[in-house]
Amino acid sequence: MSSALLAVSGLSRRFGGLLAVDDVGLTVEAGQIVGLLGPNGSGKTTVLNLISGALAPDSGSVMLDGTPITGLAPHRIARRGVARTFQIVRVLRSMTCHENVLAGTAFGALGSWGPAARRSADDLLARLGLAGRAATPASALTYIDQKRLELARALALAPRLLLLDEWLAGLNPTELTTGIELVRSLRDEGLSILMVEHVMDAIRSLCDRCTVMNVGRVIADGPPDVVLADPEVVRAYLGSDDA
Amino acid sequence: MTPRRLIVSAAAVVAVGLLACVPLVFGGYGLSLAINLMSYTVLATAWALFSGPTRYVSLATVAFFGIGAYTVAVFGEVFAWPVVLVIALAIGVVLALIVGLSTLRLSGVYFVIFTFGLAELVRQLVTWYEVNVTRTLGRYVFIDVTTAQIYWQLLALAVLVFIAGILIRRSRLGLALRVIGDDETVARHVGIDTTRAKVTLFALSAAFITVTGAVMAPRWTYIDPAIAFNATVSFQVLIMALLGGAHRLYGPVLGVVPLALLFEVLTANFPNHFSILVGAAFMLVVYAVPRGVAGLIEEGRGSLRGPRRGLST
Repeated sequence: MSSALLAVSGLSRRFGGLLAVDDVGLTVEAGQIVGLLGPNGSGKTTVLNLISGALAPDSGSVMLDGTPITGLAPHRIARRGVARTFQIVRVLRSMTCHENVLAGTAFGALGSWGPAARRSADDLLARLGLAGRAATPASALTYIDQKRLELARALALAPRLLLLDEWLAGLNPTELTTGIELVRSLRDEGLSILMVEHVMDAIRSLCDRCTVMNVGRVIADGPPDVVLADPEVVRAYLGSDDA
Repeated sequence: MTPRRLIVSAAAVVAVGLLACVPLVFGGYGLSLAINLMSYTVLATAWALFSGPTRYVSLATVAFFGIGAYTVAVFGEVFAWPVVLVIALAIGVVLALIVGLSTLRLSGVYFVIFTFGLAELVRQLVTWYEVNVTRTLGRYVFIDVTTAQIYWQLLALAVLVFIAGILIRRSRLGLALRVIGDDETVARHVGIDTTRAKVTLFALSAAFITVTGAVMAPRWTYIDPAIAFNATVSFQVLIMALLGGAHRLYGPVLGVVPLALLFEVLTANFPNHFSILVGAAFMLVVYAVPRGVAGLIEEGRGSLRGPRRGLST
């Protein structure tokens, strides 16, 4: 077995006549940030859904630290240390920020409850720049703060692997710099991250490796500079079909 | 916080004490009305225990209520009363677990329709059994229990359902249910076993409803499936909980008192138009007070005190 924290191989998923994910393989080594790139509709989010258990694959395997998690229920995968954010931000709108994060603390790998859990939820809010918003209903937050809250909730699960689905999209330049720093600091603490991303600055400065998909298949895999210069990747993004 | 909680607890004890005295003061119609109110309090609060936080609207209330009543009709003269209640509880929980495991994967309107169908299915099954096996459609319930005793049993159930509600609200399970109510996908992805949480609460809620049906059975003396499994009960409980506010533990009671009294007046004066009037009341509640009386109270408080506070426990 490889030593990768996450090893995906031969992963396929069909929606009716559409083969959304076709024989995809990718790995995330411990402590690495891997970018999952590709044009819209290339199957990136579906791959995240297959890893997090939101969808079950038709075939293929997902190994977390050498143990298969293929097709497990999402709550089991979450408890084993895989946390995620969503492409379209999903906060718990009727609940306060504090309760949103507490939801992660209470049911994740730690499963802690009580004063210690509440403290760690407050610490996470502070870390994401939401100190003082603990009692604010999540629905009252701005879009950016909702994204922060969603990440705080994911981190509250104390994950080993973090799946970010365009978490940096829609940030202004200042927020982007802060966001990139934050993601880097998570990696420096030993967290492994698989991120679907379109923001090239973020990809170049953060990713140790990139996997590029197009129409459900992996078309390139390697260091960001090499991959982004690959003619087939350029064609996938800018090819004559898209003009 | 602590002094306030002390005051609330003391007030609750005094209220239960006063309510316990009701049969000593009132008799006849007054006590009968009190029983009606107390029974709907348990039913609506138990309904909201599950449906409030999860927002899964259940119309299966009368399925469990009727099973409770039928348990008494069948075993009431065979076993001692506490044993009968335990049997009713066990049957209710087992049925809730079976139903829960097979249906709580459904969401939204599919769940509503299934629970409605379930009550009808149970009614038809009981009818079939009575017609083909026992060859009698009605049963008599002769239990040696006074009206005051029925009232006290309901009061005890009401106290228990409130205690259960408070404990759940403070527990991890309570948080899980609220997360499920907000976004079930997120719930699964933060590690919540959503099926287990929902089935647990559905069974607990059903347990209270079944036992209430059992306690109420001697009130009828004669029951048949059409009486015990009357779908109107499910709708009434639903409207009461919605009018009061299903998202708060104290909410349903606020709906039970006015509506139980209203239904009392309607059955007395407009027996032939009852369903139409209940339907009108239902629409009025949904349009006029979507968040219930409890929601109005919160808004009132909110505008006085400013933004909503965080966790109160």
